[in-house]
Amino acid sequence: MKSLFKTAAAKGASAPKRKLLALAVLLAASYAACVCAGSLILSPDAVLLGILGKSDSQVKMILETVRLPRATTAVLAGAALGVSGTLLQGTIRNPLAAPNVIGITGGGSLFAVLFLNYFPDGGTVFLSLASFLGALAAALVVYVLAFKKGVTPIRLILVGIGVSSVTSALTTLLLSKSKNAAVDKAYLWMVGSVYGADWDDVRLLLVWFSICFFFSIAYSRHIDVQGLGDEVAAGLGAHLQRHRAVIILLSAALSGGAAAVVGAIGFIGLIAPHMGRRLVGTEHIFLLPASALIGALILLVSDTVARTVFLPVDVPAGVFTAAIGAPFFIYQLYHSRNQSN
Amino acid sequence: MAWLRTTTQKTAVLTGLLAGMVFCFGASVSLGTYSIALHEVVQAFIHFDPGLTEHILVIHTRLPRAVTAMLVGGGLGVSGVLTQALTRNPLASPSILGINSGAVFFAVLASSFAGNLPAEGILWAAFSGAALSAVCVYVLGSVGRDGLTPVKIVLAGSAITALFSSFTQGILVLSESGIRNTLSWLAGGIAGRDMKQQMMVIPYMAAGMLLALLLSVPVNILSSGDDVAKGLGQRTLLVKIMMGVSIILLAGSSVAAAGSISFVGLVVPHLSRNLVGQDHRWIIPYSAVLGAALLLCADIMARFIVMPSEAPVGVMTALIGAPFFIYIARKGGKGRR
Amino acid sequence: MNELLTNQLSLSYGDQLIIEQLNLHIPKGKITILVGSNGCGKSTLLKSLCRLLRPGEGTVVLDGQDIFKMSTKAVARKLAVLPQGPTAPEGLTVSQLVRQGRYPHQNFMGQWTRQDEEMVQKAMEDTNVAGIADRTVDSLSGGQRQRAWIAMTLAQGTEYLLLDEPTTYLDLAHQIEVLDLLYDLNAREGRTIVMVLHDLNLSCRYGHHMVALSNRRVYAQGAPEEVMTAETVRKVFHLECEISTDPLFGTPLLIPHGKGRSMRPAHSG
Repeated sequence: MKSLFKTAAAKGASAPKRKLLALAVLLAASYAACVCAGSLILSPDAVLLGILGKSDSQVKMILETVRLPRATTAVLAGAALGVSGTLLQGTIRNPLAAPNVIGITGGGSLFAVLFLNYFPDGGTVFLSLASFLGALAAALVVYVLAFKKGVTPIRLILVGIGVSSVTSALTTLLLSKSKNAAVDKAYLWMVGSVYGADWDDVRLLLVWFSICFFFSIAYSRHIDVQGLGDEVAAGLGAHLQRHRAVIILLSAALSGGAAAVVGAIGFIGLIAPHMGRRLVGTEHIFLLPASALIGALILLVSDTVARTVFLPVDVPAGVFTAAIGAPFFIYQLYHSRNQSN
Repeated sequence: MAWLRTTTQKTAVLTGLLAGMVFCFGASVSLGTYSIALHEVVQAFIHFDPGLTEHILVIHTRLPRAVTAMLVGGGLGVSGVLTQALTRNPLASPSILGINSGAVFFAVLASSFAGNLPAEGILWAAFSGAALSAVCVYVLGSVGRDGLTPVKIVLAGSAITALFSSFTQGILVLSESGIRNTLSWLAGGIAGRDMKQQMMVIPYMAAGMLLALLLSVPVNILSSGDDVAKGLGQRTLLVKIMMGVSIILLAGSSVAAAGSISFVGLVVPHLSRNLVGQDHRWIIPYSAVLGAALLLCADIMARFIVMPSEAPVGVMTALIGAPFFIYIARKGGKGRR
Repeated sequence: MNELLTNQLSLSYGDQLIIEQLNLHIPKGKITILVGSNGCGKSTLLKSLCRLLRPGEGTVVLDGQDIFKMSTKAVARKLAVLPQGPTAPEGLTVSQLVRQGRYPHQNFMGQWTRQDEEMVQKAMEDTNVAGIADRTVDSLSGGQRQRAWIAMTLAQGTEYLLLDEPTTYLDLAHQIEVLDLLYDLNAREGRTIVMVLHDLNLSCRYGHHMVALSNRRVYAQGAPEEVMTAETVRKVFHLECEISTDPLFGTPLLIPHGKGRSMRPAHSG
């Protein structure tokens, strides 16, 4: 892995590394702060004692069964979503591409709603599995429909939007026929929430994210070269179609995996890569970790704010990430007006 | 290119289509879970008998529903034409460009938090939402080096749709009473709606349609390119704004009357163009009639496809329209610059 | 056997046949320029020469092998291509762009060797972009940008360099800047360069070998002095002209007939 970092041998490479480090520190600090926050505010030393197992049972219980797993899940899911969006934007070469924009998240939602409708007591494990399969299925359908002697970014976008409309329509159709209880659960899933995350979720996400992240980093050069355009990339000897397929698969796997645990939280995959690019540039060996850290931060902070600011109501984190979408777009418009055309 | 060449042909077919639309209208009034024979329908109009269930059904339920379908279909068809002309992108429609989602969000917002609002309030909320999202999409799609390209605007539309959908879902989760109400907005359905509200949109629809018809010739000129149009003395900014106003009036009214119905605005202009070519003086009327007929048929199908209950019409149009969209996308219909 | 040639090559876009059974041999160590009127297939031919477009019939042969049977990486180590109007992602710096040129030489581990570093440095020096290495590609002038892209192709370290309209959209000073650079690269290192150019006079000045395409085939090829005749211009470009001699370089200078201010008493317009 070290040799991969050596590809950025020219001067200026230390700057991104330092920024990554700063991000990591920020994340760690936020994690600590977020664990302290909540309906029962814990001081940092109380948390420390709790982790070491030396505090009373109430604090221990809160920490172990609620705060720590929830914060950790938020970090991992946010990171997965951030990387997923980065991968997609890298191969589609469009900064507006994201899993929820080209139908991948929609597929996950559809399968999740199907499951909730027909197996209302099926349990969360199978719900997760259903949504994950839905995301992969949608990615596959988009890919196949966009395939015409190969897959171009433009066709991927357009077909993705079409598939997204279909999944959205089917989901709405299902919901209009469902019983109220199922509908409530479905909407909660579709908005996305970290509520109720436990250590099983953490373990699952940790393993899944690590594997996918490893492969994503391994592919970072290939994504970089695709950024130069299909023709230039092919001219440089890239296996364009093969790489594109793998990148899409990784992206779907990551967002599907995150959605399986936290529901269809949107916009992290759209926003994190943008911020990442502003911070560390376009080389994916730095951008992927940056997006992971930023995505983790966004979801962690959103969830913490969502569960503390409106006490006693636990607002789903997805509401906040959507709310962040708005100022983000505005910022994007404002900033780019000055440098476009 | 176009199937119909001469004015005579075009007029003839248009008349034929109008007749077809009336037929669909009639079918819409008579068919359903409880089908009513045509002569009873006619009786209901001529000698209305408040004691007969059939007559009540016809006048109070079916008729308004058919009228709405006709208006909304026509409005969506025409707003689709204008959207495609404005963005120079054959893959555009008010739903794809997120205009519907903005209108829905604002309407839901209004009805959830300002429950005592007069029916007109919801309508104006829908208009505001449509206007806001239209502006957002237009600007967002123009960001970047290469300006407003067809792909970027479609992508911007999708992103804005995702944004407003998320907001709408957020409201649902936060406002307990919201869900059933919102679902009807999101799904797009003509049944079971507030009749007063349906009738309220008529003047705005009419205004939008009239505006569109008046814009036929300017749109023709604008289609040859901004610079060419300016060179010919057209005030392109004014024309574009007027087109935007018409789109917002038509799409906003449609959402207020029938919720979010997608793809009619996409498919109908294509059919019209295949029939009559590129002259908007024909495309607009054709799209109005075809749109009305299409939505009437979709509404009829929606009654039968999941008997005994009904599928929301918006779902039907999405299920038909999306494959069409994908088909065009594959063919390479990415739009001319 | 280090040669690039085509063998009965037929190329189509969709149903339209663009190039028909072409046999073309690209001379090594020289600058070859493909000319022809719009739509005659010069870009199409170039794309096929660098493995970007699959032929309907026939083959493109490099060093005795069919390039479509070789892996794209193997081809990329021998042939570098600069397509028309390339775009770089926002924020990409010149040195990041040039480093991409080493992609075909990297193994799956992505090791960055000393040779990689040297090739990149040399490429940037040869194209005179070392001084702007940290600037972003989109902030450069037209000529600087093209030089940066050419540096990327140089870093690839290939024998053949194929460019599709490298000077279109550049103003004259930048066009000369780019063409001078390419001429130097060929003169100093003997790289074989194939490019598509629109300007016939510049083609005569910089090219050793000219290939005029017309009607899906090669109409004429050879030294510019031989190819650039009034007859060729008439047949290939549908243009009446005079062929004179460039006062600076002595290469053919094409002057089209037509209207214009006549300053010469004997000239009949």
